[in-house]
Amino acid sequence: MTTAVDKPRRLMPRWRDYGRPRELVLRYLLLVFVLFITVGPLLWQLLSSLKGPTEDVFGSGASLFPHHPSLRAYRQVFDQVPVWTYIRNSFFVAVISIASQLVFSTMAGYMLSKPGWKGRKLVWVVLMASMMFPFESIMVSLFLSIRDLGLVDNLVGVWLPGFVAAINVLIMRAAFLAVPREIEDAAMLDGAGEWKRFRYLYLPSAYGAILVVTINTFISAWDDFLWPLIVLRTEDHFTLTLGLSRLQSSSFGYDQRLVMAGSVISVIPVLVLFIITQRWFYKGVSSGAVKL
Amino acid sequence: MAQHTLDQAPVPASPGAGALSPGTSSHRPPGRLRRALRSVVPGPTADAGGAALYRRWWLPWLWMAPAIVGTTVFGVFPFLNTLLVSFTDAKPLGGTYNLVGLDNYTRMFGDSDFWLATRNSVLYAVIVVPLMILLPLLLAILVEKNLPGIGFFRSAFYTPVLASSVVVGLSWQWLLSDQGLANTWLEKAHIIREAIPFLSDSWLILLSAMGLTIWKGLGWYMIFYLAALGNVPKELHEAAAVDGAGSIRRFWHITVPGVRQSMMLVGTLTGIGSLRVFTEIYMLGGSTGGPGGADRTLPFYIRDVGLDPLTGNAGYGAAVSVALFALTLGLTLLAQRLTKEDES
Repeated sequence: MTTAVDKPRRLMPRWRDYGRPRELVLRYLLLVFVLFITVGPLLWQLLSSLKGPTEDVFGSGASLFPHHPSLRAYRQVFDQVPVWTYIRNSFFVAVISIASQLVFSTMAGYMLSKPGWKGRKLVWVVLMASMMFPFESIMVSLFLSIRDLGLVDNLVGVWLPGFVAAINVLIMRAAFLAVPREIEDAAMLDGAGEWKRFRYLYLPSAYGAILVVTINTFISAWDDFLWPLIVLRTEDHFTLTLGLSRLQSSSFGYDQRLVMAGSVISVIPVLVLFIITQRWFYKGVSSGAVKL
Repeated sequence: MAQHTLDQAPVPASPGAGALSPGTSSHRPPGRLRRALRSVVPGPTADAGGAALYRRWWLPWLWMAPAIVGTTVFGVFPFLNTLLVSFTDAKPLGGTYNLVGLDNYTRMFGDSDFWLATRNSVLYAVIVVPLMILLPLLLAILVEKNLPGIGFFRSAFYTPVLASSVVVGLSWQWLLSDQGLANTWLEKAHIIREAIPFLSDSWLILLSAMGLTIWKGLGWYMIFYLAALGNVPKELHEAAAVDGAGSIRRFWHITVPGVRQSMMLVGTLTGIGSLRVFTEIYMLGGSTGGPGGADRTLPFYIRDVGLDPLTGNAGYGAAVSVALFALTLGLTLLAQRLTKEDES
């Protein structure tokens, strides 16, 4: 600690400011225990993927930490499995989902936040109704539609049913409603038209909601499994989750390091996004409550 | 038809046109581009009540169109279509189909596999919901206090939410396999002699999948509760502590009533989520959904009977889908009723 801290009024709180020592120790013990449960399995996955070829991954001979850490499994998984194809496919779906969700949900959310046009209630009812049906109860019909459009085994077919979601429209609407009327009136007096106000006033004020929609869309596209499993058939079109699940049951399954390396690779983009925009992930959780 | 009269207002009054180059536009007659642009960019005009009215009634609809099309075609229509398809014997890959009346429904009610899947899904909800209401709340209380390093713990507890169900499924698969970490450690500690068949016994698969669902959801609902806990007045806790109430008493008499509404919401969300479980079973029980399909949930069963390219019957799958929707709706209504009773 530097001397700056030791000024008459302490800037840094002391340990005893946090509570009784016994309670504090108990709290930290519990925290570490939960940490062990929640992160343990994922950490074990990471550690095993770093193990050398001579080390046991399984059984009583397996140690927790790799004795001869190597990136061999990562090199191998890229050599033997079309991981780049999977990654490219997953990114393709994620990126076009984010683009369409952002454009259409901001437009719709903006209009929905405006009074003065007929039919808003009807639109509201349609949006609400579309959220009533769990995906699993309409996936048969969705598949039939995708089939009729000739999009089976096509990444566009994976993207299309979720190209705009009512929940994101509602999130954007709520964000736009929060823009003070006075600012808009002032902008109007200055001669800013509807498009200008949307582009330069509303969109920048709603950047938080935009981030939430982006994050939610990215995660749900990146982590989605059931719908790609239904739509996609050939390996060239597999997304990362699909490829990973096949990896386990295929002949590669014998070398667990490869599968674990693949898992780690698939978590990295989401983890990076989380580290950068953590606060907005948490905001996304509370906006999920709008669903009901 | 107020909009139509407003539509004939003098041209320079349109804020949409003036916006692009304020000051100059009012002197120039609108060019073709400008006119085209103005017809796309809606311009509100103030009416007597102060609310904006759009000069062209269809402009808001143009802005809304993609969202309306998306939610109608891929949200509302599929459900109506599911109802229709459930009265046919349509195949997932196309071809001719016949109307079969209520055949799919009579088949469903006599189908023991359907009832097994329903049982699994309902059981899933019955076991997961109470744990999902309680455990993340306890976790939120644990991380609520601003201690040094608490941000790290909160983030760390959230990581399972980030990973896809496939990845955490793979992780648990190795954890629970006969040679996996769980069995190895239990054997080393001499708690068990033989490996527990987590991934081959149908009951254990179902319980393991529930454990996976809870484990993956903990972080999400922890954050959810953290926001709610912030609204419980600190003074209540302090006053109760002065009166000698222990932490357990304070939990039941201050915390729980304070976050009651959140608990109801979490219950509803996790209940609906439990009926939607698929990946956990797929990852832990394999693509058959447990030995002989004994662990299939309703979504799993829908995919099996409705979407299999060779043997699938989309009509029957649609009928089971309707059952799944009915179950979801029933649960939602039940939750609403409980919430209402709770409030009064």
